[in-house]
Amino acid sequence: MSIKRPPAPGDDPKAARREPGRRGARSPLARFLVRRVLTALLLAVGITLVTFVLTNLVPGDPVAANLGQRALGDPAIVAQWRTEHGLDKPLPEQYLLHLRGVVQGDLGTSQQSHRPVLDDLADSVPATLELAGAAILISIVVGVAFGVVAALRRDRFSDHLLRVLSLFGISVPTFWLALTAFYVLFYRLRIAPGSGRIDPGLTPPPHVTGLYTLDAALAGQWDVFSSAVGHLVTPALVLALYTIGLLTRFTRSAVLEVLGQDHVRAGRAKGLPPRVILFRYVLRPALVPVITVAGLAFGSLLSGTVLVEAIFAWPGVGQYAYKSATTLDLPAVMGVGLVVGGVYLVINLIVDVLYGVIDPRVRLS
Amino acid sequence: MTLAISDLKVTLGGREILRGVDLELRAGQVHGLAGESGSGKTMTGLAVLGLLPHGARVSGRITLGERDLLAMTPRQLNAVRGGEVAMVFQDPATSLHPMLTIGRQLTEHMRHHMRLDRRQARARAADLLRQVRIPGAEEALGRYPHQFSGGMRQRIAIAVALACSPKVLIADEPTTALDVTVQAGILRLLRGLCDDLDLAVLLVTHDLGVMSAVADEVSVMRDGVVVETGPRAQVLRDPAHPYTRALLDSLPGETS
Repeated sequence: MSIKRPPAPGDDPKAARREPGRRGARSPLARFLVRRVLTALLLAVGITLVTFVLTNLVPGDPVAANLGQRALGDPAIVAQWRTEHGLDKPLPEQYLLHLRGVVQGDLGTSQQSHRPVLDDLADSVPATLELAGAAILISIVVGVAFGVVAALRRDRFSDHLLRVLSLFGISVPTFWLALTAFYVLFYRLRIAPGSGRIDPGLTPPPHVTGLYTLDAALAGQWDVFSSAVGHLVTPALVLALYTIGLLTRFTRSAVLEVLGQDHVRAGRAKGLPPRVILFRYVLRPALVPVITVAGLAFGSLLSGTVLVEAIFAWPGVGQYAYKSATTLDLPAVMGVGLVVGGVYLVINLIVDVLYGVIDPRVRLS
Repeated sequence: MTLAISDLKVTLGGREILRGVDLELRAGQVHGLAGESGSGKTMTGLAVLGLLPHGARVSGRITLGERDLLAMTPRQLNAVRGGEVAMVFQDPATSLHPMLTIGRQLTEHMRHHMRLDRRQARARAADLLRQVRIPGAEEALGRYPHQFSGGMRQRIAIAVALACSPKVLIADEPTTALDVTVQAGILRLLRGLCDDLDLAVLLVTHDLGVMSAVADEVSVMRDGVVVETGPRAQVLRDPAHPYTRALLDSLPGETS
């Protein structure tokens, strides 16, 4: 019998000395998690460097973008502005100052709103997270369900129908879909509420998480809750359509592949109920590739929010990023870069952890 | 209990794969089923459990005691599968679920068929692992298939098949994917279990060496029909059918 478990880097010597197979204070899953989190922290530092360098490489002079014509003519004012924003120091020093600020929770002051970037982000990030989170949830639930149905009904009518639907979702541009949905559902049919996160007549719920649906439910303000859900549904569906199509296709092929594997036939030979075969024997192994795609899809979904937020007047990061970029508001741009990078990191971490949870071979090797 | 297959015909995609197979398995006997690839050995085994590929058409009779397995509803057949009739597959690297612990794979169908609770099932699972000679049975229950070697995995697969005390065991090339050095151990195990538990075993193999080591009865298949059946000594030493003779002659270093 071979027990393949070499001590992993980061193991404490005590764990390495422990007999393999014995359950100790730190299970393989816990060690796997620690490893992944440490990698994520390293990557986070990398993200600050990349956002900083890229932002400083952008052609364009923030001074010109922020000072008026007359102020630009006065070298004293320009120099003062540069000193004020730390632009007179050499780049490496600027980066270290920036890094220190990030660690202390200071992302600088937006040159446009004249508020701390962190405060601006605290307002806009939850709005985007609510929208993107709803969209990815809808995509996973609907996409996986569609994919399973298509695989089990292979080459029958429902499979063909779902193929057409998912191709439509993948190929239709998000901005067109957003405009059309807004025009048809709100302007023509009047079944969807208009733009924004809630009806203009309502006050936002007390701030707890920043997600209006959750905050309203927590506060028991059901009129606000239903308005928030109503406003969320259309943009979230618009955003989700692409990922639904993508996940339907991937789930279908993953399920078909697993269906042909030996262990499924062996499971049937054990006389297990069809429900157990489907969920435990087919869906669980099939989810591994699907999770990878879902993680990647979340990225494309975030970039999709810029357009969808603009069309539905959703006050999220996408709108903030657009405004900051066009005015060369560098601290704000860096702040957005940092947040988006951080979201990617978290998503990757979640995907990695899910791998480990689903497939023991990942966490034990 | 005997399992009798009579006039079993299987058509798949317009092609006749089995053209009237007759076989009889008796309790306490290992029945070897030989033949080259594509002769229909594996299909015969799968047909017993109703595991034929999608779109296959079956006719004939497969009787277990008094009941015809081919006439059963899917639900009735599911109760027989893994219960009275169990199967061991060729490659234990793929036939065990890679993401479930050995304990889970040994107990899930026990709990379903025999209605055992978690603790009873676990105790029985450890007994089964000892029966197939897995060292450290209790501990092995918490491990995953990839943590065992090929021979150990096949022993585990056999334990899984034996979990619900089947009366018939279908072993489809159970040693083909294994190292030669561990093949003999698996065959001895199968032979011993057959004797101890009074199992009726169908041993599907293309390897006449395997056959001569453990089988009581031998059937030889070709092109979807059984061309010769009889006691091992008779079929292997004095084959009546020219095809059996050709098979034996093709063995390296042996003369019939």
